[in-house]
Amino acid sequence: MHIPDGFLNIATVATTYAVSAGGVGFGLRQAREKLAEKHVPLMGIMAAFIFAAQMLNFPIVGGTSGHLIGAALAAILLGPWAAVLIMACVLIAQCLIFQDGGLLALGANVFNMGLIASFAGYYLYRLTTRLMRDDRRGKLFGSFIAAWGSVFLASIACAIELWVSGISPIKMALPAMAGWHALIGIGEGLITVGVLRLVLATRRDLVELQRI
Amino acid sequence: MRVKWWHIALGICLVVAFISPLASGSPDGLEKVAEDHEFIGFAEEAPFQLIADYLFPGIENEALATILAGIIGTLVIFGVVYGLARLLRLGKRATE
Repeated sequence: MHIPDGFLNIATVATTYAVSAGGVGFGLRQAREKLAEKHVPLMGIMAAFIFAAQMLNFPIVGGTSGHLIGAALAAILLGPWAAVLIMACVLIAQCLIFQDGGLLALGANVFNMGLIASFAGYYLYRLTTRLMRDDRRGKLFGSFIAAWGSVFLASIACAIELWVSGISPIKMALPAMAGWHALIGIGEGLITVGVLRLVLATRRDLVELQRI
Repeated sequence: MRVKWWHIALGICLVVAFISPLASGSPDGLEKVAEDHEFIGFAEEAPFQLIADYLFPGIENEALATILAGIIGTLVIFGVVYGLARLLRLGKRATE
């Protein structure tokens, strides 16, 4: 869902850059207050995993592929602000080193896949584990819902940006983006559940960290 | 040096990067929408290229170029975010 340059107009570029910069700045302050020693390697590992997994596009129907975003997974384990920081670092590196996602579109990409996806994932997980039970089943189910919802909502944010930039009418961009990403979100959900199962089986303590 | 959990986890990340040539080459959701609704032509090339398209430049074997790009990226990202988290920890101690 990395937006290239050329899709967004100046107003959208400026707005999303401002909001994302503010979000990252606030996230840095939150992290400085709450980061504990145990968070440090997990932050690095989460970012490395998200980068590597994002390279692995999986096929879905109709000659289309999708890849993990990873913000929900990061938000479930580390909290939404830590997830925003991780996603921002991954997206900045992808943009600067790998020319994936435009320089001008970076603000929008951090907004969609960082802020929107992280907070959607975090609160959907909290809601589900509260409605069900915060046991193993509830955690795994909650992580699927969180992951699916994070992709779905990020794609809606992306569609709105395309619409306000005048590149695609909302009645075309919204159903198309939301439709494809409803499918891609299933892949996001399965990967997120798989990783959480692995963490629960091997290092349960990493699921009990203070969220940032 | 004792093996810590995150040494193994970083190894797993590198394995994922190593199998990245298996990735589907089909357009992703946004690219598909841009093709179907005919605005993909608006996409602009980056003003500079380092490891564009996740292919390490100058290597003919595409799988190898992808693996190299993936491993470099994974290690760089780990280093940057680990370093950032370390710095934030230092900042916390300095203000206490």
